[in-house]
Amino acid sequence: MAEFRPLCRVLAQHMLSRRLFSRSLLAGGALLLASPLVAPHAARAQQVVNVYTTREPGLAAPLFEAFTKATGIEVKSVYIKDGLAERVKAEGASSPADVLMTVDVGNLLDVVDAGVTQPVTSPALSAAIPANLRDPDGNWFALSLRARLVYTAKDVVKLSAITYEDLADPKWKGKICIRSGQHPYNVGLVAAYIVHHGEAKTEEWLRGVKANLARKAAGGDREGARDILGGICDLAVGNSYYVGLMRSGKGGPDQKKWGDGIGVLLPTFEGGGTHVNVSGAAVAKNAPHKAEAVKLLEFAVSPAMQAVYAQQNLEYPVLATAAIDPVIADLGPLKVDTISLVDIARNRKRASELIDKVGFDN
Amino acid sequence: MADAVLIPKPRPARFALPARISPLLLAAGLVALVVLLPLIGLAAIAAEGSGDMWPHLIATVLPNALMETGLLLLGVGLSTVAVAVPCAWLVATCAFPGRKVLEWALLLPLAVPGYIVAFSYLDVLHPLGPVQEALRAVLGIASPRDLRLPDVRSTGGCILVLSAVLYPYVYLSARASFVLQSAAALEVARTLGASRWRAFLRIGLPLARPAIVAGLTLVLLETLGDIGASEFLGVRTLTVSIYTTWVNRSNLPGAAQIALVMLSLVLVLILVERAARRAKRFVATGSARPQAPTRLTGLAGLGAALFCAVPVTLGFVVPFVHLSISAVRRMADTGFPERIFGEAATTAGIALASTTLALSLGLVVTLAQRLTRAPLASGFARVASLGYAVPGTVLAVGLLSPLAGFDNALDHLLRQSFGISTGLLISGSGAALVMALAIRFLAIPIGGIEAGYAKLSPHLDMAARSLGSSKPRTVRRIHLPLLRPALATAALLVFVDAMKELPATLLLRPLGLETLATHVYGEAARGTYEDGALAALVILLVGLGPVILLARMSASALRSSAGRGRSSSPSPSEGVSPSGSD
Repeated sequence: MAEFRPLCRVLAQHMLSRRLFSRSLLAGGALLLASPLVAPHAARAQQVVNVYTTREPGLAAPLFEAFTKATGIEVKSVYIKDGLAERVKAEGASSPADVLMTVDVGNLLDVVDAGVTQPVTSPALSAAIPANLRDPDGNWFALSLRARLVYTAKDVVKLSAITYEDLADPKWKGKICIRSGQHPYNVGLVAAYIVHHGEAKTEEWLRGVKANLARKAAGGDREGARDILGGICDLAVGNSYYVGLMRSGKGGPDQKKWGDGIGVLLPTFEGGGTHVNVSGAAVAKNAPHKAEAVKLLEFAVSPAMQAVYAQQNLEYPVLATAAIDPVIADLGPLKVDTISLVDIARNRKRASELIDKVGFDN
Repeated sequence: MADAVLIPKPRPARFALPARISPLLLAAGLVALVVLLPLIGLAAIAAEGSGDMWPHLIATVLPNALMETGLLLLGVGLSTVAVAVPCAWLVATCAFPGRKVLEWALLLPLAVPGYIVAFSYLDVLHPLGPVQEALRAVLGIASPRDLRLPDVRSTGGCILVLSAVLYPYVYLSARASFVLQSAAALEVARTLGASRWRAFLRIGLPLARPAIVAGLTLVLLETLGDIGASEFLGVRTLTVSIYTTWVNRSNLPGAAQIALVMLSLVLVLILVERAARRAKRFVATGSARPQAPTRLTGLAGLGAALFCAVPVTLGFVVPFVHLSISAVRRMADTGFPERIFGEAATTAGIALASTTLALSLGLVVTLAQRLTRAPLASGFARVASLGYAVPGTVLAVGLLSPLAGFDNALDHLLRQSFGISTGLLISGSGAALVMALAIRFLAIPIGGIEAGYAKLSPHLDMAARSLGSSKPRTVRRIHLPLLRPALATAALLVFVDAMKELPATLLLRPLGLETLATHVYGEAARGTYEDGALAALVILLVGLGPVILLARMSASALRSSAGRGRSSSPSPSEGVSPSGSD
C-alpha cells in the first residue's frame, strides 16, 4: 500500500489538481498534436514507399525486406484486416498509401471498385503475369497463387483423387472440417462453384457439405490438419501454403507433426481444375510515390522475388519460370481451374448469401 | 460573488437552458459531439442505402444471429454473476485461507483479452492438447478417434471463454458494494432471526443490486461488441454478421444499418435499466460501520478458497501458463524477437495517451454535471458514454470519414492561405487511434467519476463556497482529492482496456505502427499462433501491473472508507486529505 500511495498522490496532484482539467486537456492535446510530427514526417528525406496491406504481415515481410535491400527504398507498411478500401477512400487526396495489397481476388476488386486505384502500364508486369491474372486496364495485378486443397486422414482415407463436388457426398457425413463459410477463401470457392454449376446446384452442394461437417465451421485452415490428427475429422479443406508451412517445420515441431500426419489431395471441379485464389496488389490513386510503387510491384514479380514467394511463403508463383518449393511440388502437379478470377469475384455476393441461406456457419 | 453562494441557486426548470451558458457546459457539449462523430459518420454511410439486404438478412441471418447473440448474452450474464457475486461476498465479508491473495487475484483476468483466451483454450482443450491427452492416458485410450469430447468451437465454449475474462467487472463493483454495506442492516436481519444465507439473499444482495447491474452492463456490452473470440469459435453473433455483410458482400451501408439497429437496441436496454434503477434509489450512508468478517474454517474455508480460485484459474492461470510454455518453446526455436520491446512501448504509449484523453474528457463532462446542475449536462454525459456500446470496428469505420474529411479540409485551407501542407494530421497519425480509444472507453471515467461524486454530499460544495472558496478552488481542493480513488480506478481500467483493444487499432493505426495486439492478430490471422504467443504473453504482463495496482488500490480505498471509526485502520484522512503535499 505504501508503494503506490505516493504514485497516486503524484497522479492526483500533478496531473489533476494544479491547473485542473485545463492542464490535463493540454497534455492530451499536446499528445494529439505531437504524434503526427513524430510519426510520418520522420522519414520524408529518404526514398520511401507506403503499403497498406490486408496480407498477413509475416507473409508480406520477406518481400519488403528484400526490396529495401535491393533498392534502398524504405517500405512502410500497415496491416489492415478489413476496411482497407474504406480507409483509403476516406483519406482522399492526402492519403499516404502508394501500394494496396490484398489476399483474395474479391478484396482486390473491391479496392478497384472503390475507385482508389490507378491504372499502371508496365511492360515488366505484363510480361511476368499471365493475362488472366491481371486487370486488362492495369488496375490490379496478382502476385502469387494459392490453391484450395483437401487434407485427408491418410491412415483412414485411401483416395488418390477427389472433386470439390465429392465433398457433398453423404459418405463423408460428420467427417469434414472447414473454416467459416464466410471466410473469403471459402466464399471464393463457393463463387467458383456457382460459375461452374449455377446457383441452384451450388445451394444443394452447400447443404450437402454442411450436413457432412464434423464440427462448427470455424477457426483457421491449419486447425483442419490438427483436427484430422485429433480424430475429429477425416477430410479438411485448406490452402496449399499451410501444408508447406506445416511440413517445412517453420511452425515448430508440433505443426510438422500435423503436416506430416495428413495426406493432401489437389481436388478439381468436375470437368475443370483446382480452385485458386490470389494475393495481389494495386497502385493507389493518389499515391505520393508512384514510381516507387510500380517498382515494388515489378520487384514482386521478378524471378528472384517470385522464388522467395514460392520458397519462403510456399505459394505458387505467378511467374511461369519461377521454381516451386519442393514441399509444394510434392503435392503433385497443379491444374489451375480455367474460369476467370473476375467471374469468381463477381459471384462473391451471391456465394456469401447462399452460405447464409443454408446456415453453413450455424 | 461570495454573498451569492449563501443562497443555493434555484434549479433551472427541466429542459430550459441555464440563464448563463457556462463554458464548462459548452465544453461538455463539445465532448458529447466528439463522441457522436463516429455515429454521425455511420449514419451518413447507412444513408447510402443497402439495396436488397434486409429481406435476405431477415430470411436467413437474423433469426440465428439473434438467437446466438441472445444465448451468448444470457450465458455470459448468468455465469459471470453466478461466479463473481458469491466470490465478491466471500472476499468482502468472510475470512478464509487464501482470502488476501484471492481478493486481488480475482481481478487478474482483466489483463487477458478475450481473443487470446479463445486461442489458448482451443489449444489446451483440443484432442491433441494436454487435457485430453492426459485423460486418454488415464483411461487407457490410444487414439483420439476413440474419445470424442465436446468442442470448444461452440456457443458453450464461447460463453466459457468470455465469462472467464469478463467476470471481474461484476466482481469489482459487487465487492465494493458489499464492503461498504452497513453492518447494521445485516445485523438487524440476523437478530430478527434470519440465517446468514437469508441475510445475504434478502439484505446484502438487494443492496448490491445497482453495483451488480452496473458491472453486468459492462460485461454484456463487451460480449455484444466482441468479434475476436466469437468469430474464432464460430459463433455467428450480430456483430459477426455486420462484419460479413461488410466484408464479403461489400455492403458497408448495410453493415452500418445493422450496427445502428443494434446500437438502438442497446440504448433501449440501457435506458430501461436506468429507469429501473431510478425507481429504487439507494442511499449510502457515509459512516457505515463495517461488518466483522465471518470466519470460515475447515471444510467451509477450503470450499470458499476453492470456489474463488476457479475463476482465477480459468481466466488467468490457464492462458498464462499456456502462453508461457508456447512462447518459451517458440523462442527456443527461433530466438527472441527484439521488436517486442518497441511494440510494448508503443502499446503502453497509445494506452497512456488514450487514458489521459479519456480521463480529461470524462472530468469535463462530470464537472459540468456537478457544477452547473443543468439537466442538459446529464444529457451530455449520457451521450458521451455511448462509445462503449459501439463495437470497436464499427466505431473506427464511423470515425474514418469525419476525421479524414477534417484533415483534408484543413490541409486544403492551409495550402491555399499559407502554402503549408499538413497532410493527414489526425487520421494519418496515432491521434485518430488515441481519439477512437478515448471515445470507446469514455464511459468508464464518466461512470467512475459520477459514482465518486454520488458519495460526495452537495453540502460539501455549499460549505466550501460559504467559506469563500471559488468553484475552481472547490474542485481543486475538495473534489479532486476526494475523487482520487475513483479517478485512479477509471484510469487503470481504461489503460488496460485500451491496451487490449484490437479492431479499432487495426483499422486506424498509422503506417508502421505495431502494437502487441495487432502483432498477435497478424500472426493469428495466418494461423501462426505460436509466433504470436510471446506478444500475447507480453500483453498479459503489461496489463498485470495496472491490474494489481487497481486491485490493491481499490482494496485499500474500500478499507479506509469502510474503516472509519476503526482506530487500527490507516487514518482515513490520509486518503482524502485535501491538503496533501501542496
